[in-house]
Amino acid sequence: VSPETYSQWLYLVCGALLLSSVIVLWRRQLSALISLLTVQGVLLAALAALLGTQHDGLELYGIALGLLLLKAGVLPAVLRRALARGGAPRETRPLVNVPASLLAAAMLTLLAYAVSQPLVELDPNPTTRAVPVGVAMVLLGFFMLVTRRRALSQVVGFLLLDNGIATTAFMLTAGVPVIVELAVSMDLLLVVLVLQVLTTRLREHFGDAELDDLHELRD
Amino acid sequence: MDQIAVAAPSDTTAWVQAVLIAAPMVAPLLASLVAWLCVGSGRTSSRAGAWVTVAAAVTILVDGVVTATITSGSAASSALATGTVLRVDALSSVMLIVIGSVGVIATWASVAFIDGEIASGHASPGEIRRYATLVPAFLAAMALAVLVNNLGVLWAAIEATTIVTAFLVGHRRSRGSVEATWKYVMICSVGIALAYLGTICIYYAGGQTSIPAHAALDWTQLATHAHELDPGVTRIAFALLVLGFGAKAGMAPLHSWLPDAHSQAPAPVSALMSGVLLPVAVYALMRYRVIAVGSIDGSFVRTLLLVVAVTSLLIATSLIIAQRDYKRLLAYSSIEHMALVVIGLAVGTPLALAAVLLHIVGHGLGKAVLFCGAGQILAAEQTSQISGVRGLLARRPALAACFGVGFLALLGLPPFSLFVSELGLARAATAAGLGWVVAIALSLLVVVFVSVAVHLAPMLLGSEPGPATRPGTVPETDPDTHPETGSASSVNHSTRTGAGTQIATRTDVPTRTELRGVGSPMPLIAGLMALALLGIVAWPLDQLLHIASLIGGTP
Repeated sequence: VSPETYSQWLYLVCGALLLSSVIVLWRRQLSALISLLTVQGVLLAALAALLGTQHDGLELYGIALGLLLLKAGVLPAVLRRALARGGAPRETRPLVNVPASLLAAAMLTLLAYAVSQPLVELDPNPTTRAVPVGVAMVLLGFFMLVTRRRALSQVVGFLLLDNGIATTAFMLTAGVPVIVELAVSMDLLLVVLVLQVLTTRLREHFGDAELDDLHELRD
Repeated sequence: MDQIAVAAPSDTTAWVQAVLIAAPMVAPLLASLVAWLCVGSGRTSSRAGAWVTVAAAVTILVDGVVTATITSGSAASSALATGTVLRVDALSSVMLIVIGSVGVIATWASVAFIDGEIASGHASPGEIRRYATLVPAFLAAMALAVLVNNLGVLWAAIEATTIVTAFLVGHRRSRGSVEATWKYVMICSVGIALAYLGTICIYYAGGQTSIPAHAALDWTQLATHAHELDPGVTRIAFALLVLGFGAKAGMAPLHSWLPDAHSQAPAPVSALMSGVLLPVAVYALMRYRVIAVGSIDGSFVRTLLLVVAVTSLLIATSLIIAQRDYKRLLAYSSIEHMALVVIGLAVGTPLALAAVLLHIVGHGLGKAVLFCGAGQILAAEQTSQISGVRGLLARRPALAACFGVGFLALLGLPPFSLFVSELGLARAATAAGLGWVVAIALSLLVVVFVSVAVHLAPMLLGSEPGPATRPGTVPETDPDTHPETGSASSVNHSTRTGAGTQIATRTDVPTRTELRGVGSPMPLIAGLMALALLGIVAWPLDQLLHIASLIGGTP
C-alpha cells in the first residue's frame, strides 16, 4: 500500500471511530449503543490490519483477527445477554442532557488535541498525528461513565474508554507486544463478564434502581 | 551468590532460579486447584483444602526469604531472572515477604472463616468453594505483579487482582456487598485503564530511545535509559500512572471504593486487600518513579505525589474522626497509611524508601491482625457498629487484647515497627527539606490517634450493654424483598455489613456452631509478635531493606 493511500484510509478509520464515539453520547437506546460498540470493534480491527500493511504484518494481522473476535463478537454478545435479562432498555434520565453532552463532546475533543501535543511532537508522522482521536475517545468514554446512571450504559462508557486506549496504543506504537496484548485482552474479557454478572445481581437486589440511588454504604 | 545473580554459570543454577521465581505463583495456583476440588464437599476435606492455601502462603514467604538472602548478599543490587519477563531483585523480595507474611495470617484466619461458614450455613457449598478457590488465586496474581520485569505484564497482573477479588468482595450477596463490588470493579477498572494508557505512553517514549523495540517495556531497560526518554511524554505518562495505580492504592481522587469494599469483604479478604493489594499498587508506582525521576525534573514527580498523598491523608483523617463502623475505621486507616507511604515515595531518597518498605511490612502485618480480629468480633458480637460493641475485654480477653494491641501498633507506638518506620519517614522528609509536610502529617496523625482512642476505649473497656440496646438485635424487614424501603432505611442498613445483617436475624438462637466461626486468636498473636520483633531488632530485614531502598530510591 502506498503511503498516501495508507494515510487516507487511516484518517477515514479514525474519523469513523470518533464519529461513532460521539453518536454513543447521542443515543440513549442501550441496544443501539451495543451496535455502535460492535462497529467500533470492526473499525479497531481494520486499524490494526491497516497498520499491518506498514509494519511487520503477521503479528498485527493476528491481533486484528483477535480484536474482531473479542470486540465485535464476544463482548457485544455478552452485553446483549445482559440486556436481554431484563431492565429498562434505555437511559431515561442521564445527568447531562443530549445537546449539552454533544457540546461537551466537542470541548473534550478540542481538549484531547491540546493535551496530546507532546505525544505528536516526539515523533511526528501521519500515524501519530491521529493520536488525538484516541485520546478524545478516552475522554468521551470517561464523560459517559460519569454522566450515565444505568449500569449497562456505564459498562458501555468503560468499553468506549478502553477502545480509545487501544486506538491510542495503535497510533503511538503500532500495538503493544503480543504477550501484553494477550494479557490485556484476557483481563478486558473477564472484567466485562464480571460486570455482566454484577448487573444481574444489582437488578436482583435493587430492582430497576439507578446507580445514583445506591446508598447502602456511606459515612 | 553474586555469580548466581549476575549470570547463570551452569544449567543447575538457571534451573534453581526458575524454580525460585515460579514457586510463588505456582504454589497458590495449585492450592487454588486443590481448594476447588475439595472445599465445599465435606467438613474435613474443606478444612484440608483451606490448610493447603496456608501452605501456599508459607511457600511465598519462604521463597521471599530465600530470594532476599540471594539478592541482598552483595552490596550491589543483583537479581534472579528467567527470560526477559520474570525477574526478582531485592525490592521484589521485600514484596514477596509482605505477600507471604500477610498471606499466612489471612489464610490461617480463613480456615476458621470457612469452617464457620459451613457450620452456620450462611453460604452455599458453591459459594464457599468459590471463596476458597479465589483466595489463593488472588495471592498468585499479586505474586506475579511483583515478579515481572515487563511493565505491561505488571499492569495486567494488577488488573487481574481486581477481577479475582470482585467475587470475594461480593461473597455475601447482600445489598451492601453488591453495591460495594460494583463500585470496586468500576472505579478500579477505570483507574487501572488510565494506568494502561500511561504504560503505553512510556512504551512509546521508550521506543524512541536506543532501547531495542522488543525490550521497550522492560523496567531494567527503561530505568537504565530513563534520561533518554522524552520529558513531555513521560510527564503525561507519570500523571496517568499516579492517577491509575493511585486508584488501586486507595489514593484520592479515586479512593471511594476502598472503605466500601474493605468493610463488605470477608475479614481475611479485607486483610489481604489492605495489607498486600494496596502496597502492590504502590510498588508499581515505586518502579515507575525511578523511570520518571530519571527523565523529568524531580520536583514535578515530588509535587504530584505529595498533592495526592496529602489530600488522601486529609480525607482519611476527616472520616476517621466521626466513624461509627469499626471495619470502615480500619479501611480509612489503610488510606491514611498508604498516604504516608506515598509521602515517603515523594521524598524518594534511599533513607525514605527504606522507611517506606518497613512501613509496608509493618502496616501489612498490623492490618492483617486487625481485620482478622474485626472479623472475629463481628462473628461474636454480630454488629460492625462501634457503639454496638462494649466491654469486650471482660468477655473475650484474648480477642480484645489482640485487637487493642494491634491498634496500638498501627497508631505507631513503640515497640512496634510502625514507630520505627514513621520516625524514619519523618527524618527522611525533614532531611529532604520537606519539614512542612512532616508537620502536616504529624498533626493529622495526632488527630487520628485521639479519635481512634476515643472510639476504641469504650469498645474494649466500657461496661457491657443490655441486649436490647445492641443495634444488631433490632428487628428488621428483609431488605431484598422491599427495594423501595431501601433508601428510607438506608441509615439503618449502612450501620452494619452484610455479615451483620445476615447474622442479626438469628441472634435469638446463639448456638455453639455460631461461635465456631469466631476462630482462634493464634494467627493474630503470631502477627503481633512479628511486628514487635521487627520493631525491636532490625536484624532480619535491615540488609535487605538497605539494598531494596537503593533500587527504589534516588539520591
